[in-house]
Amino acid sequence: MEFGFSDEQREIKATAREFLASRFPAEKVRELAESGNPYDDALWGEMCELGWPGIAIPERYGGQGLGVVELVILLEEMGYALAPSPFISNAYAGALIASAGSDEQRERWLPGIAAGTARGAAEFTNEGGPVVGAAKGSTVLALLTDGGPRIVPTADAELERIPVIDDTRAYFRVRAESGDPLPGDVAWARAAGAVALAAESVGLAARALDIATEYAKEREQFGRPIGAYQAVSHRLANMLWAVEEARSLTYYAAWCADADPEALPLAASMAKARASDAACSVTHDAIQTLGGIGFTWEHDIHFFLKRARVSAQLMGTAAEHRERVASLVGL
Amino acid sequence: MDLTLTAEEQAFRDEVRAWLAENHPGEPPAGGEDAQFEFARQWQRTLHEAGWAGISWPREYGGRGATLIEQAIFQEEMARAKAPRPANVLGLVMGGPVVIAHGTEEQKERFLEPILSAEEIWCQGFSEPGSGSDLASLKTRAVKEDGGWRITGQKVWTTYAHHAKWCMLLARSDPDAPKHKGLTYFILDMEQDEVEVRPLRQITGEAEFNELFIDGAWVPDENVIGGEGNGWAVAITTLMNERAGLGATAALGLQATLDDLIELAKRRGRAGDPLVRDRIARLKIAVEGLRLGALRSLTATMRVGIPGPEGSIAKLQWSAANQAMTELALELGGLEALRTDDSWSYRFLRSRANSIEGGTSDVLRNIVAERVLGLPKLR
Ligand SMILES: Cc1cc2nc3c(=O)[nH]c(=O)nc-3n(C[C@H](O)[C@H](O)[C@H](O)COP(=O)(O)OP(=O)(O)OC[C@H]3O[C@@H](n4cnc5c(N)ncnc54)[C@H](O)[C@@H]3O)c2cc1C
Repeated sequence: MEFGFSDEQREIKATAREFLASRFPAEKVRELAESGNPYDDALWGEMCELGWPGIAIPERYGGQGLGVVELVILLEEMGYALAPSPFISNAYAGALIASAGSDEQRERWLPGIAAGTARGAAEFTNEGGPVVGAAKGSTVLALLTDGGPRIVPTADAELERIPVIDDTRAYFRVRAESGDPLPGDVAWARAAGAVALAAESVGLAARALDIATEYAKEREQFGRPIGAYQAVSHRLANMLWAVEEARSLTYYAAWCADADPEALPLAASMAKARASDAACSVTHDAIQTLGGIGFTWEHDIHFFLKRARVSAQLMGTAAEHRERVASLVGL
Repeated sequence: MDLTLTAEEQAFRDEVRAWLAENHPGEPPAGGEDAQFEFARQWQRTLHEAGWAGISWPREYGGRGATLIEQAIFQEEMARAKAPRPANVLGLVMGGPVVIAHGTEEQKERFLEPILSAEEIWCQGFSEPGSGSDLASLKTRAVKEDGGWRITGQKVWTTYAHHAKWCMLLARSDPDAPKHKGLTYFILDMEQDEVEVRPLRQITGEAEFNELFIDGAWVPDENVIGGEGNGWAVAITTLMNERAGLGATAALGLQATLDDLIELAKRRGRAGDPLVRDRIARLKIAVEGLRLGALRSLTATMRVGIPGPEGSIAKLQWSAANQAMTELALELGGLEALRTDDSWSYRFLRSRANSIEGGTSDVLRNIVAERVLGLPKLR
């Protein structure tokens, strides 16, 4: 038994950390968020060259044939960098089609999704219709509600951008009359998608904690660093607790998705509930630690808070996932 | 990453499971604390005869030399079988490991075997009336004489002192040295007139812990551990052992409590109450968060020798979850659960100590802040 990353997985993590830090420095994230169109085609192209879009897609469809654990490694790092990217929506569409699609659907759509050249995008939630991340610019949509699990070429759908507080991602309400039904069961992919989003939330919470911790070491008031005061340092310790607990649950759920699918429903709901809550509370506490500067547009922390809050509403809220946990433990 | 057991680990688990099925001692006797302690002592003897008592200890000292994973498997099987705890817990998880790490060959020869067999029970005399969290400020004095040390002072909260033959005693051997430098670690013989043990009644009504009044007690030179003036370093080993063992084992205990809580919710007709469902789900998540963090920590420790940051929060997680569970049980159980003969009232009261014993939650947060996050010390 080994609950840690293999050498190969650590390599993926290190490469991702380095690549994302150099391509998505804070100024770049801000520039993309403020531009109104958070996705940069050239940067997406670089991710495609690294093979990321196909990381968890079978090799026969042009993917790397790795698993949800590797996907989660990338997504935690993307959350850490708060990289605006269609990556997660594309990966989720890939998971839905790979696990619930017919052979024909797989052959038709997965190669483009794996290569990133014909992106997929998937439904994150339904509010007045399916809400899809990064729908614009995609080739195919994987929808789940208002007509059941189905595939719709993006060209056949009507897209309406929803202006939510998170500018680092683009969200669209989708109207699509018809579609090509996914014949298989989507439960596994939905759970894996929730785990992927949990990983992103863990990463962004970890970054918010780092930002707050660094500040607490440097900012002085009353003649000493604020991090020396227990009201501040104990809050930071609690933030670490939240991040680490969410991380353990998320890694476990990712492993279940790959190796123990029977345990996945419970594991995924525990991970998403904990990670959503952790990201919301940690980003809030980070702002508190920063004081007035944390409330300025100027400081980057608000982008983290906003992503955390929006993600908490996607792929099942914490309360919804806890309700599932209650059922699964026999209540 | 692979959370399944290897073939060897499975074989080990099967061996433990089969042994426990054969040797489980049954329910502890009704009757007083002494009878229950004797029962636990006998159970430890049985464990020891089969080589399970010192599961983590090296083989050369009578242990099994099990890997951390095997230890976790063993604890899991013990919990699954609802097997009782051995009597000499403090000796097994603290005293023995300290003697193994810092003791001389003669000390190992003298002390280790009787710890394993529960022949000699150990207690830990660290805390004093004036020194709890700030342990290094302790005042119990050790004065050098020919061939040994004279000890005078007072200890408090000393668990199992009333059963103990030996006490891991931290005392000030050099009052002029800086506070962390002037301490020495002694093994004090409790069977002498100069040591008086007075039981302290806890909020549960029982007396697990005691006060020690030490008035010129004698410790021969050969019972100093780690050398004069090195008491702090040796004590830290003790505390690390106390905290390291917690995570994986603690999660198993919590899961059992959670199962009882779910039963209680059903029995009281509250299983459909959305608030109850939400709170129980939170507790399930907390238990799994602790269990999985402990497994991560275990893997990190096996790989690089030290646990990662996830290990530093284990005791905080455990005490918070155990307290929250017993609180919910009282809410669900009504007056029934508050009866003095109901196990929930006992569990609720006993769990109040969880955030104090073995380092308070506030002090643990200080440690996380300083050692894990690298924040400046308040001073
Ligand atoms: C059931 C039980 C069994 C025990 N068994 C043993 C035993 O066998 N042997 C033994 O030696 N000891 C034992 N103890 C003692 C235990 O280790 C101490 O109670 C503990 O370390 C706290 O010390 P204290 O009680 O003096 O509280 P104090 O240290 O006086 O703390 C009082 C309060 O102040 C807070 N506080 C103190 N310092 C700080 C700080 N720097 N920052 C923030 N807050 C602070 C604490 O968190 C606490 O809330 C036991 C205790 C219990 C409850």
